Order: sequence, then structure tokens, then C-alpha cells
Amino acid sequence: MTTTHTTSATQLPSAVQERQRRAKLRRNMFYLVLLAMGLVAPFVAYPVFLMKILCFALFACAFNLLLGYAGLLSFGHAAFLATGGYVTGYLLASYPGLTPELGILAGTLMATLLGVLFGVLSIRRQGIYFAMVTLALAQLMFFVFVQSSFTGGEDGLHGVPRGHLFGVIDLSSNLEMYYFVFAVFVFGFAVIQRTVHSPFGQVLKAIRENEPRAVSLGYNVDAYKLLAFVLSAGLAGLAGSTKTVVFQLASLTDAHWHMSGEVILMTLLGGVGTLLGPLMGAGLVVSLQHLLAQSPLGNWVSVILGIIFVVCVLSFRSGIIGELAKMYRKNIK
Amino acid sequence: MTMIFGVPMAVFMGQLTLGLVNGAFYALLSLGLAVIFGLLKIVNFAHGAQYMLGAFAALLGFRYLGINYWLALILVPLVVGGCGMLMERFLLRRIAHLDHLYGLLLTFGLALIFEGTLINLFGVSGARYATPEILLGGLNLGFMFLPTYRAWVLVAALAMCLFTWFMIERTRLGAYLRAGTENSQLMQAFGVNVPLLITLTYGFGVGLAAFAGVLAAPLYPVSPTMGSSLLIVVFAVVVIGGMGSILCAILTGLGMGIIEGFTKVYYPEASNTVIFLVMILVLMLRPAGLFGKEA
Repeated sequence: MTTTHTTSATQLPSAVQERQRRAKLRRNMFYLVLLAMGLVAPFVAYPVFLMKILCFALFACAFNLLLGYAGLLSFGHAAFLATGGYVTGYLLASYPGLTPELGILAGTLMATLLGVLFGVLSIRRQGIYFAMVTLALAQLMFFVFVQSSFTGGEDGLHGVPRGHLFGVIDLSSNLEMYYFVFAVFVFGFAVIQRTVHSPFGQVLKAIRENEPRAVSLGYNVDAYKLLAFVLSAGLAGLAGSTKTVVFQLASLTDAHWHMSGEVILMTLLGGVGTLLGPLMGAGLVVSLQHLLAQSPLGNWVSVILGIIFVVCVLSFRSGIIGELAKMYRKNIK
Repeated sequence: MTMIFGVPMAVFMGQLTLGLVNGAFYALLSLGLAVIFGLLKIVNFAHGAQYMLGAFAALLGFRYLGINYWLALILVPLVVGGCGMLMERFLLRRIAHLDHLYGLLLTFGLALIFEGTLINLFGVSGARYATPEILLGGLNLGFMFLPTYRAWVLVAALAMCLFTWFMIERTRLGAYLRAGTENSQLMQAFGVNVPLLITLTYGFGVGLAAFAGVLAAPLYPVSPTMGSSLLIVVFAVVVIGGMGSILCAILTGLGMGIIEGFTKVYYPEASNTVIFLVMILVLMLRPAGLFGKEA
């Protein structure tokens, strides 16, 4: 696009602006439709199932911020999901007076702090080593969770009360809980959307495309990477905290490396580096797990996820949203 | 009884051997990872699954075909390595031109498939593989009791490491491999069949994992999940030592095994996590790894 503009720069700005304005309008319309769909959804589908999708979608969006926009493949995001979940679960279960939003805030904060620690350590290495370091750090956290007393070890935390939001709204009803989770998701999504389209997000993309050049342009690459990592960790923690309130439990499943793999799969399937891809991927993977659990193939979930992984990597690397966007662009031109 | 740092000598030496044996496995596995990484530039996430497949192949070969331990030690690495070559030829090669992270993701998917399939077929509880009779019992060294099988594992693993070192540093094929690691395009221009070399290298790395699996079969319960948790520790070992050279991989592997063994004696609660803690320490003090040259 840019090359064609440079040739006739004098007359085009208005046309370009017009096109950008239209694209923005179309995008806003699209988001409004999605928002409306989200508001109506609990009357069409089972709210708990939808909440599960939204929590994992937020988790995948957070992960995508790091992989899709900063080009960093973290293999340890389960640690943040689990930290958020455990901290929130422990606080809400031990202090009955605590309102859920404060519990979630605390969980998110702890995950963010952990993100600072992990980030400082892991951005010292690049590429494949980065993935290995994050995986090893997450495994360390897994053992910490297994051995700590506050997590309930192998049993996990059960019966975490949902409580009253702001001390007023009773969350024990699934419908009210759904709207709260939806609000949390919209907040997280908006943060990510803003981040990606901000100057900060642009620098992240520059680092992803060509790190040495970003360095030579004078950007403090490590600081950018660290901030992206911490943001991603915090939002993953928010997803974990919210999930704990919804399902009233926190368990080791969230801390296991399988979970780190699952979030990669959701993002990859939906489309790495697209805003809506992780939402789509999370919806598909959660639905698939739900369907398989009831079918005779219930024990083969992990094999089927593995096969999807292989197929995605071999022939579907842009993911569903990415492929759709490609088709769209081709047909418009 | 003689005491070392407040611990009976026998216990101390026992844990030291245990640590060395674990370290030998770390060394073998990280060596395989390093060999594959050198030429293919991918981290083989299926390495743990291939180690597990080695142990299972030994178990099933014995159960259904009557293949004894010694035959398995030779046959299983060849068979599993052969499967690895097919994997490389038909899957990995198709994404070789892409970002190397895709290789990690592809092998991760394969690991999920292998592990999940075997869990469905055999459950997670794990089976026992009988130790060959010659290696039963142990040696009384006076200051400690050394189980023969553990001694054998140590010897066999180190011999395998040395064999790998010899193959890579002292043979013509190894010279090709080293040259290919440096600059594979130039190698191809010189008329070396680089794709074939890559297939062979991947097969060799996988064979090393399977060899480790057969060695481990009589020592640990043979279960579908035996590989994955071990692999994450091996990743940490690789981060600590870097994947620069073979000798570094061996030394780091053994060293980490010994540190783990000592931790079991003095502070058992941390024995699962000590290697990760060492990794954190190394990342803070020497970000490129103990022997790393990477910037």
C-alpha cells in the first residue's frame, strides 16, 4: 500500500484519510457487533461454558501480546495463570469479608510481580533459549505450588466463595457472574488493543521484525520487552484470578506445562498476531475439549490437540483469523 | 561410621552415585539436543517422548518378541532413530525454511501425540522392566555399596558420550556435520548432500535419546510421562551449559546430577527445584550460560 502512495503523494492524503476513516469505522462497527453478541450470548448458551471461554480467551490474548507483537515465545505462561488463581483463591477462601474484585486485584498483582521476576531473567536470552528459560521457570513454580501449604498441594483449593461484587452484587447467580467476567474480558481486550495500536506497540513490532535495527535506532529494547512481558503476565494472572472465582477452585492443572502448551495452541489456531485470533482459538479449543469429554474419544484430547498443533504448524500458520484476513485483503484488491 | 558433613559416608556416597547416574542421563539427553540443535537449529521438544519411546520399545520388545536387554540396547536406538529420520524427512523438513520456533512447536505437538497415545494404551502407572541377571546385585567397595546396574549405566552412558564425541570430532562424517553447523549452504555448494546429513543427524540425536531410554528402563518405572518432566530439567541444563560443545554438555549434565544428589542429602525439599535455581543463578551472573559464547 505504502509504495503506491509515495508516487502521487500530493493528491492522495485525502483519499488515504478517507480509506483509513472507513476502515476505522468498519472496525468499530465490528467491535460493536461483537459486544452486542457478548451481551446476548448468556441467553443463548450456557453461561458457565461461556465464562470458561472468556477466561481462556483473555489468557490467550495476553499470551498473544507477547508472541504476536513482541515475537517472544513464552513456554511458561501457565505459571501466571496459576499464580493469579491460587492467590485469589487463597485470599477469598481465608478472608470471608474480602470482596471478589479485591481478591482478583491481588491475584493479578502477584502475577504481575512474578512477571517482573521472570521477565528480568528470561529476556537475557533470545529465541529458542527464551522459550526454554520460561518453561523451566514455570516448572519451578509448579514444584513450588506442589510443595506449598497455601495451595492445598495435590488437592488444590476447593469451595472458593464467589462472594458479592463490591459487596453489593451477588455473584452466585451465573448470569451476574457472566456479565462480570465479560466486563473483565472487555477491559483486558481493550488494554491489549490500546497497547498494540500505541507507539509502544509499534516499537514492539519493530523489535519483533528486526531487533538489531531497533537497537541501532536507539530504543532500549530490553525495557520494551520487559514491559510487554509484565503486561502479558499481569493479564494472564487476571484471567487466572477470574477463572478461580468462576469455578470456585484452583488446581495444579493450571500450573502444568500442558497449560502453557494449550495457550500456544489457542493462539496459533486462531491466528498469531491478530487481535481476534486468540478469542477464536480459545473458543474452538474449549469447545472441542467440551465436546470430546462427552464423547468416546474423551481420553484422546491431548492426542487430538497434538494433531491440531502439527497441522497448524505444517499448513495453517496464519491461523483462522489470519487466513481470513488474507482472503479478505485479496478479494478487496 | 565415617561421617561427611554430618551425614554417614554410605548415604553420602549413595546419593553421589545416584546423582551421577541422573547426571549421565542429563548428559546423554542434552548431548542429543545439542547435536540436533547444531545442524537443524531447532529445539527438539519430542526428545523426552523419544526417550520414553526407547524405554517402551525395550519393554514391549521383551514382552512380545522376547528381545533381551543387550539386543534392545542396540536395536531400539536404531528403530526409534529410524522413526526419527522419517519424522525429519516428512515433517520437519517442510518447515525447515521458517522461523525455528515452528520446529519447537511442531515437535511439541508430536510429543503430545506420542505421550497421549501411550497413556491411552498403557495407562500412566508405569511398568517394571527386569534388570538383566548379570547386572543384578552390587559391589561392596568397603565404604559403600555400589549397585552393579547403576555402575553399568554410568559406564555405558559415558562410553556413548565419548563415542559421540569421537564420531563428531574425529571422523569424516563428523567433520561434515561440524562444517554444516557452521555454514550449510557452503557445504551444499561443495557437493555434500546436506538434506541427507540433516536426516542422519536428527536420527542420531533421536537414537541417543532412545539409548538413554533403554538404559533407564530397568531403573525407573516405564511410563508414558517419564520423558516430559525429565526433558524440562534437561532444558534447564542446556540453558546452564549452553549448546556450544559436546564436552560442555557432558560436564554440565554430570555436574547438575551431582548437585541434585547433594541437595537430596542436605535439603531434600529443594531436590526437585535445585537445577532450576542454578539456572536462575547462571542467568543472573553469566547470561550466556557457563560455556556460552552467544551474546
